[in-house]
Amino acid sequence: MTHIVLIGLGILIAVLTVVSVFGWLPSLRIVPDDTHFDFTRFRRISFPISAALSIVAITLFFTHGLNFGIDFRGGTLLEVRAKSGTADIAAMRTTLDGLRLGEVQIQQIGGPADVLIRVAEQPGGDAAQQEAVQKVRTALGDAFEYRRVEVVGPRVSGELLAFGMLGLMLAIVSILIYLWFRFEWQFALGAMIANVHDIVLTIGFMSISQVDFDLTSIAALLTILGYSLNDTVVIYDRIREMLRRYKKMPMPQLLNESINSTLSRSIITHFTVTLALLALLLFGGHAIHSFTAVMMFGVVLVGTYTSIFIAAPILIYLGVGEHREDAKEEAPPAKKSKA
Amino acid sequence: MLYFTRWRALGIILTALIVCLCAVPNFFPEAQVKTWPAWAQRRLVLGLDLQGGSYLLLEVDANYVKKEKLDQVRDDVRRSLREAKIGYTGLVTRGDTVEVRVKDTDLQAALTKLRDLSQPIGGLLGSGTQRDLDISDAGGGLIRLALSQPAMVERMRKTIEQSIQIVERRVNELGTVEPVIQRQGNDRILVQVPGLQDPTHLKELLGKTAKMEFRMVDTSVPPDQAQRGGLPPDSELLMSQSSPKVPYVVKKQVLVSGAELNDAQTGFDQRTNEPIVSFRFNSTGARKFSQATQENVGLPFAIVLDNEVISAPVIREPITGGQGQISGSFTVQSANDLAILMRAGALPAPLTVVEERTVGPGLGQDSIEKGELAAYVGSIMVIVFMLLTYRLFGVFANIAVAINVAMIFGLLSLLNATLTLPGIAGIVLTVGIAVDSNVLIYERIREELRGGRNAISAIDAGFKRALATILDSNITTFIAAAVLFYIGTGPVRGFAVTLGIGIITTVFTAFTLTRLIVAGWVRWKRPQSVPI
Repeated sequence: MTHIVLIGLGILIAVLTVVSVFGWLPSLRIVPDDTHFDFTRFRRISFPISAALSIVAITLFFTHGLNFGIDFRGGTLLEVRAKSGTADIAAMRTTLDGLRLGEVQIQQIGGPADVLIRVAEQPGGDAAQQEAVQKVRTALGDAFEYRRVEVVGPRVSGELLAFGMLGLMLAIVSILIYLWFRFEWQFALGAMIANVHDIVLTIGFMSISQVDFDLTSIAALLTILGYSLNDTVVIYDRIREMLRRYKKMPMPQLLNESINSTLSRSIITHFTVTLALLALLLFGGHAIHSFTAVMMFGVVLVGTYTSIFIAAPILIYLGVGEHREDAKEEAPPAKKSKA
Repeated sequence: MLYFTRWRALGIILTALIVCLCAVPNFFPEAQVKTWPAWAQRRLVLGLDLQGGSYLLLEVDANYVKKEKLDQVRDDVRRSLREAKIGYTGLVTRGDTVEVRVKDTDLQAALTKLRDLSQPIGGLLGSGTQRDLDISDAGGGLIRLALSQPAMVERMRKTIEQSIQIVERRVNELGTVEPVIQRQGNDRILVQVPGLQDPTHLKELLGKTAKMEFRMVDTSVPPDQAQRGGLPPDSELLMSQSSPKVPYVVKKQVLVSGAELNDAQTGFDQRTNEPIVSFRFNSTGARKFSQATQENVGLPFAIVLDNEVISAPVIREPITGGQGQISGSFTVQSANDLAILMRAGALPAPLTVVEERTVGPGLGQDSIEKGELAAYVGSIMVIVFMLLTYRLFGVFANIAVAINVAMIFGLLSLLNATLTLPGIAGIVLTVGIAVDSNVLIYERIREELRGGRNAISAIDAGFKRALATILDSNITTFIAAAVLFYIGTGPVRGFAVTLGIGIITTVFTAFTLTRLIVAGWVRWKRPQSVPI
C-alpha cells in the first residue's frame, strides 16, 4: 500500500518537474504580493492575549504539572507485544497489581497487541528498580515480546532533569549573546521575551495535553526555540535594513512594512515545516509522537505568531529607532554596519 | 553574486560530489564494505534504538571505595603502632577519618611513625606536594588521619580504570558484536551492547564483584555452635551459594586469591557428567596452593566467591600441579558464568545499574521503517509544494535540497555518526530548514522584481540580501543544536548531530550550489523575466 502511494507521488513529482521546467504551470501565490496588514496595531490585542495565555500556562504548570516521563521521574517503562496478537489489558493489570510495585500504568499503544507499562520509581535506590523490572518480566513471562525496556534510577533521573533545564537556559543565553553582537540589545531583549513566551506556552500545552515530558521534550523545546528565533531573526534582519533605509518613517509603519514584506516567506516556510512535521506525526510511529506533537504546537502555532505579533511589535516599547533623527542622514546606508 | 570563475565552480561541485560520495558505503552490505580500503569504510552506525540492543549505565560505589581505603589505613595504623611498640586505644574509623588515641608521652613518636604512612599522590595529579593522608593532632593524645580529597579522586580514577578493564573482559566473554564500554563522568561506566535483547544475564555477570578466595574451613567448631556465638576470632561464618543455604565456618586467612588464577574453563565431570569448572593458578598461586594442600591433607577447604561458599571439598592429596577443579551444584550456565568471572578477575568495587535502556530488534526495525516512510512522505510533500509554488525555481530548490540531504548522509558517514530515530526526525526537519533558505532567496527575488529591477539585477540583489539573513538565522538554530549535543545523551545527541550537520550543509548549499545552479541558468538563458 505504502509503496503504491510512494510510487504515485514519485510520478506526480516527475510530471510536475517537467511541467515546471517548461513553464506551463501557473505560479501559486499563497500570500498576495503586496500585503499591508496593520500588524503592529494588533499589538493592543495580541499583548494582552499573550499575557493571559502565559498566565494560564503557568497556572496549568503549577496545578496540573507536567507528565514527567521516566527520564526525569525515575522508574521503569516496558513496551511489550503480546505474542498471541491481542493483549488482555485487564488480566495484565491484575497480574501486575499483584506484584505490589506501587503505581503501575498500563496503556495500549498502536495495535491491539502493543502495550506500554510504566512502573513508578521504587523506594530503595537503584537496585530496587532492577528488582522491579525483573519481577514484571517474570510475572508476564514468555507470552510477550519485550520490545523496549527502560529503567532509570533515582540519581540519574535527577541529574537528567537538572541537565535538561541547564541546557535550556544555556541555549537561551548563548543565542541572546549572539543576537546582542549581531543586532542591538533591544533586539536581543525582544527576542528573549518572545522566546520565553514560546517556551511558557509550549510548557502549558504539554501540561494540558499531558504528553510525556522527557529528554526528547527538551530536544523539542530547544528546536522550537531555534525555529522561532530563526523566524524572529528573519524579521529583525528586515527591520534593521528598513531602519537604515528609511530614517524618517514612524516605527509602527516601519515594523508593519517589515513584517508584511517577509510575510510570504514566513508562511511558505511554516507551511513546508508543517508538511514535514505532519509526515512525522502521521507515519513516524509513537516513539517520536509526543516529540512531533510538541514541535507542531511550538513551531507552527506559537513560533509564527510570536515572531509576527510579539517579537516585532515589542521593539516599539523597547525604544528601537527612537534616536534615528540624530544619525547622519547622508551616510550611505549600505556601508553602515549598525542601524 | 551570479559570477563564478571556472575554478570556483569546479571546486564547489567537487566538494559537494566528494561529500555525497562519502555516503556510498551505506548502500553496500557490511561484509562487502569490510573488504574495501580502510579510508572507504566509514559509514553510518545505527543507534541502539534502531538496531536493537542494550544500554547500561553502571555506577561504581564511591562509599565502598572510601570504606576500603579507610579500612586499609586503619590496618596500617595498627601495624605501624605495633611495630613501634606504642600502646594505643580506640582505633576506629569515623566518617572520612581514622582516629586513634595514644598516651601523651608517646604522641610525638606516634605522629612521626604515622606520618610515614602518608604517601605522595602520583599520576596525573602528582604535583609532588600532595599527600594522600592529612594527619593531625586533635589534642588529648587523639590523632586523626583524614583521606585528602585528591587522594579520593585518584583512588576513584584508578578504581574506574580497573573496573572498565574487568567489565570489558566480562562483556567480551559474552561473544557479542562490537560492544562499547566507556567511562562516563567520575564514577560511571557506560556499556552498550548492540543486538542484546535481554540484558538480565549481562547484569548478573556485571553485578558480581567476583572476589574469589581459597580458604581453609575451620573444623574446630561445628557451624551450628558457631552460629550461637562460639565463633573463633580468626574465623567467620559464611553461607553457601547454593540453596538451601548451609553455613560454614571459614578461616579468615586467605590461602590463594583469585588474582593468582591463570585460566578457568568449563567441562564435565567424567564420572557424574555434571558441569565443572577447572582452573589453573599462576606460578606463585600454584606454589602457595601446593604448600597449603600439603599441610592440610584430609581437611576441607572452601572456595569462596563474594563471601559465599561455592564448594568445600576435602583435600585428599597434595595438589602440586597448580591445577584444580570445582564441582558443585552447577548448571551449564552457572558453571560457564563462574569460569567467565574467574578468567576476567574481580572488580575493585561493586557496580550498580543506574540506568538501563533495551530495545528489541522488532521495535528497532519498525522504527527504521516508520522513520523512512515519514521521511519519504515528508520530502515528497515538500517537493511537490515547492514545485507548485516556484515552478522552475522549485526544480532548482529541489535539486539543491536533494544534494543537501545526500551531503548530510555523506558527512554523517564520514564522522561515523550514530543515526537514531530522533536523528531521522532531525533530517526531516533539516529538509524544512533547507527549503527555507531557498524560500528566503526566491521571495527576496520576487520582492526585488516588484521593486522594479530587471531580471538579472533582481536575482543578484535577491541572493545578496537573502544570504545575510540565512546566515544569521541558521547560526541561531546551530547554537541550539550545539547545546543539545553538549547536554544530550544517546538519541537526543543523535538528533543534535543531524540537525547541526544539516545546518552546515544548508548554509553551504545556499551560498554555493543554489547560486551556481541559478547562475548557470542565467548564463544559458539570458532571461528577460524571471518565472518565479
